[in-house]
Amino acid sequence: MDTTEALDMPIPDQLEETVISGKKDIDLTTVGDYTTENPRMKIRDVNVFYGAKQAVFDVNLDIGSNSVVSMIGPSGCGKTTLLRCLNRMNDTIDGCRVEGRVEMDGKNVYARKVDPVLLRARVGMVFQKPNPFPKSIFDNVAYGPRIHGLVRDRTDLEEIVHTSLERAGLLDEVKDRLDQPGTGLSGGQQQRLCIARAIAVSPEVILMDEPCSALDPIATARIEELIGELRKNFSIAIVTHSMQQAARVSQRTAYFHLGYLVEVGPTKDIFTMPKHQLTEEYITGRFG
Amino acid sequence: MSPLFLIFILLALSSAAYFFSQRRMLRQTRDANITRLNSLPEHFGMLGAIWAGAPALLVYFLWLIFEGDILMGQVLAILPDAESMAATRELLIGDIRNAINNPISYQMASEEVRMAADRYRELSQTASIALAAACLSVFAICSALVLKFLTPRVRARIQIEKFVRGFLLLCSTLAIFTTIGIVLSVLFEASRFFQTVPITEFLFGLDWSPQMAIREDQVGSSGAFGAVPLFVGTLLISFVAMLVAAPIGLMSAIYLSEYAPSKVRTAAKPLLEILAGVPTVVYGFFAAIVVSPALRGFGATIGLDVASESALAAGLVMGIMIIPFVSSLSDDVIAAVPQAMRDGSLGMGATHSETMRRVILPAALPGIIGGLLLAISRAIGETMIVVMAAGLSANLTANPLEAVTTVTVQIVTLLVGDQEFDSPKTLAAFALGLTLFFVTLVLNFIALYVVRKYREQYE
Ligand SMILES: Nc1ncnc2c1ncn2[C@@H]1O[C@H](COP(=O)(O)OP(=O)(O)OP(=O)(O)O)[C@@H](O)[C@H]1O
Ligand SMILES: [Mg+2]
Repeated sequence: MDTTEALDMPIPDQLEETVISGKKDIDLTTVGDYTTENPRMKIRDVNVFYGAKQAVFDVNLDIGSNSVVSMIGPSGCGKTTLLRCLNRMNDTIDGCRVEGRVEMDGKNVYARKVDPVLLRARVGMVFQKPNPFPKSIFDNVAYGPRIHGLVRDRTDLEEIVHTSLERAGLLDEVKDRLDQPGTGLSGGQQQRLCIARAIAVSPEVILMDEPCSALDPIATARIEELIGELRKNFSIAIVTHSMQQAARVSQRTAYFHLGYLVEVGPTKDIFTMPKHQLTEEYITGRFG
Repeated sequence: MSPLFLIFILLALSSAAYFFSQRRMLRQTRDANITRLNSLPEHFGMLGAIWAGAPALLVYFLWLIFEGDILMGQVLAILPDAESMAATRELLIGDIRNAINNPISYQMASEEVRMAADRYRELSQTASIALAAACLSVFAICSALVLKFLTPRVRARIQIEKFVRGFLLLCSTLAIFTTIGIVLSVLFEASRFFQTVPITEFLFGLDWSPQMAIREDQVGSSGAFGAVPLFVGTLLISFVAMLVAAPIGLMSAIYLSEYAPSKVRTAAKPLLEILAGVPTVVYGFFAAIVVSPALRGFGATIGLDVASESALAAGLVMGIMIIPFVSSLSDDVIAAVPQAMRDGSLGMGATHSETMRRVILPAALPGIIGGLLLAISRAIGETMIVVMAAGLSANLTANPLEAVTTVTVQIVTLLVGDQEFDSPKTLAAFALGLTLFFVTLVLNFIALYVVRKYREQYE
């Protein structure tokens, strides 16, 4: 499997040092091929504004089927903003405006007649901070299937809840206490519960915004393992601040800087031979 | 020197002490070449003012509190047959007080009382001079002490902090003791009532007609003090009120906090608060003049007999009155539900209203219930609207179209007008007050408990 292959990859330390020049005008046009063979979603010429302030500039990027693309970059460079464009979660923010196209199956999800509610059922999201609802573990996972009417009876529902928890790697830990509140779990368990909740509606794409930033290394390892598993069925986009994590879980990596997509390419290439100066500075730890 | 003038003098002297101490401290430090004081010069100033002024002010206020009693004691002592009049002492004191304060009563008073009043005036003249002398000399002594002991080595900052703490403590104890005092006095009067009317009759009696013959020759009912009709009336009106306020308040809170664009919200919230600021008496005549006749007319067209003063009218208007209360409390708890919950639900593909119904409301529910309980205790305690719109007749009925009366209204009517203070009729007001106090207390306890429990959830 690719993840193990990715694990053996050289980590940025071994790169040659390059002196940062004091150059002012750095070219921010995207380096590398933003397309991929089998795209699930396509981001085309997307600009995002918060009021008058532009947060994302002219981004083009494909989300490949059954693969993981990771988005890295310094804080405030627009990773979350771009990720939230993919399932139109930005609609819920007052004053946020998106220009450009985000395509799924060749159709623009920002087209007038697209219902964001249905889109979000197809493009699920896991947030940075685990946010289980103050309901029982069972009801947390059953939430999506219930609102989307995916089940006919209780047995169906139990089936879905069990398989989702199973796939999120949480079932063994919680199967005796499905009726207890989800908020009573540990942080790592809560995050896996949120993943179970997201996959319970069988989305096609899963967006993860720094899913491990609140977790310890063991819980992180479990979730990374889980992402490797999930890749078989879903397309995944993950925002992360850990370059090791990006290297371990993703097949493609996109580096953002000040709202621009600066470089994108196969993860291996990005970390071993970055083409753009900014990417290199970032992954060698001289920036951000 | 009049006491009012005296207090201004004392305050002026204290501020003088402030400036003086501050200056003196600066000079001393300069002379002694001290570079670092342990406190700011202002601290020394304040401490100087407190040391010099506080004892004198204390004397002043203690005197004001006890002056009346002391002087009256003196006056009574010189009255010739004070001993024999022990029984009517209270009355006598009342007469003397009247004579002192009111020239007409003075004219009409008996020889003895006039004498006493004269004596009282004389005494209080002397007393106020004595008070001035006492206060000023205390001030002088304390100032001398300040001169002697207020040196740069005094830790003024710490002392001031202690003083502030003590002062705050004093204020809060005052508030607590006032509450306790009120409760005790109500309790005491109520227990007097329960000596004449058995507590079981009061709590379970179905008949309320507190009119009693005051004089022997009056023909009147002997009085019945069953509080059940009053409590039923209160509950009925509160129920109608909550039927109006709970859904409307809650829905408007949901709309304002979740759906309304920020422009609407900024405009609508102050408007709701204006609704909360309308005096209840205005609601009262709104109920009596507009709502009651309208209900009556409407009832007539559909063939219902609505009393001209009905529980329905009072309840409706009271409900309108507590809408802002419910809505702002619910608004707060809904806004306190973390954004992450909303994101989580919306991110699952839930619609706005599904998110509201399935995630936000359940999460906010305990807080909302707490708010509703607080609103109920408000409705129960409300008087004005009911006086004006629901009437005074103590019907035992569950029909909101009839006139009913409530506990608070009865308390008002029992105490309004000339009353003998220890007839069961007046004392009944205290018993009612006590019961009402108890009910609202329990409601508030439950409400606060529920609200607190809810708060812990997200912390
Ligand atoms: N709701 C908002 N309103 C206004 N500006 C916003 C809002 N959210 C984000 N921004 C701005 O948009 C820019 C991009 O923010 P974004 O959250 O996408 O960054 P990020 O790359 O996810 O950063 P981090 O790694 O710290 O999470 C930032 O400059 C931020 O200040
Ligand atoms: Mg972010």
